[in-house]
Amino acid sequence: MAPTSITTTSITLGETPRIRALLARADDALVLGHRLSEWTGRAPLLEEELALANIALDLIGQARALYTATGQDEDRLAYLRDAWQYRNALVMELPNGDFAFTISRLFLVSAASDRYWRAAMTATDPDLAAIAAKAEKETTYHLRHAAEWLIRLGDGTADSHRRTQAALDALWPYTGELFEPDGLGPEIARADWETTVAPVIARATLACPADGWMQSGGRRGRHTEHLGHLLAEMQVLPRTYPGATW
Amino acid sequence: MATVPIPRLTPLWEVFIRSRNGLAHKHVGSLHAADATMALQAARDVYTRRGEGLSIWVVPSTAITASDPADKDALFEPTGSKIYRHPTFYEVPDGVGHM
Repeated sequence: MAPTSITTTSITLGETPRIRALLARADDALVLGHRLSEWTGRAPLLEEELALANIALDLIGQARALYTATGQDEDRLAYLRDAWQYRNALVMELPNGDFAFTISRLFLVSAASDRYWRAAMTATDPDLAAIAAKAEKETTYHLRHAAEWLIRLGDGTADSHRRTQAALDALWPYTGELFEPDGLGPEIARADWETTVAPVIARATLACPADGWMQSGGRRGRHTEHLGHLLAEMQVLPRTYPGATW
Repeated sequence: MATVPIPRLTPLWEVFIRSRNGLAHKHVGSLHAADATMALQAARDVYTRRGEGLSIWVVPSTAITASDPADKDALFEPTGSKIYRHPTFYEVPDGVGHM
């Protein structure tokens, strides 16, 4: 590296439709994985702390594979892009909130990504198909774990019921973006997703919020104010000490 | 004196894992979980992070009946003088191989 180079500057990307689609999936996984990792040291139970960390690591692993599939360096993509260059759905970047919010988000998102990855196993893009084969097993477990918790929180105490219903209500307008086609992988129908989530929500004695106006913009780089803060924390070290290694 | 409310703890479970090359489930530790389903998931997340397991059992700790440590002498001492119970008093033919 030339001593005068300033590597902390954000990179610019030539985005083909394929790269844009891979980035959408990769950024989904990285941003949600980062959010889940924020529970480390703060989870309500030691057992759940490990569970959330395991899921976070699965997601970050998926992100790495997807970044690499773009043909570019995974670290540069993760650490040297600004918020407007991130393609994740807005739901991923929302702050963790309470445990009910974290579980509800993981449930709603995993129900969509589980269908996506299962269908993507037969995608024509060989990289995407290979990643899907591994991601599908992981996502199946994420969905199961979140669903079991959702049932117990919803059908738990009055407080956990109220918090979980509030989380579902707050998250629902962010679920529309999960079904915007990425132009590379399979298209997932919202109606199919609802056949997964509705029975679990009913078993949790919770009410499925009504479909109304849906948030959108993450795939085009129009994010909430929360993503910039998340990236600042995630990127500070490699931007401050370029090329730092363990 | 003020009474401190005792939190309602989730029950304790004992975890048994059968490893990739193991024949029997082996006790690996314990954990807290609300019910059997959550205990199985927690066991997966806590005790199989490094590819240890092919099968998991969870058992409520309360379902285990343990011997009393005070009975140690009565239970185990009498076998100490019966070394003839160890199968070490005959030759194993070479053809038998590993036993």
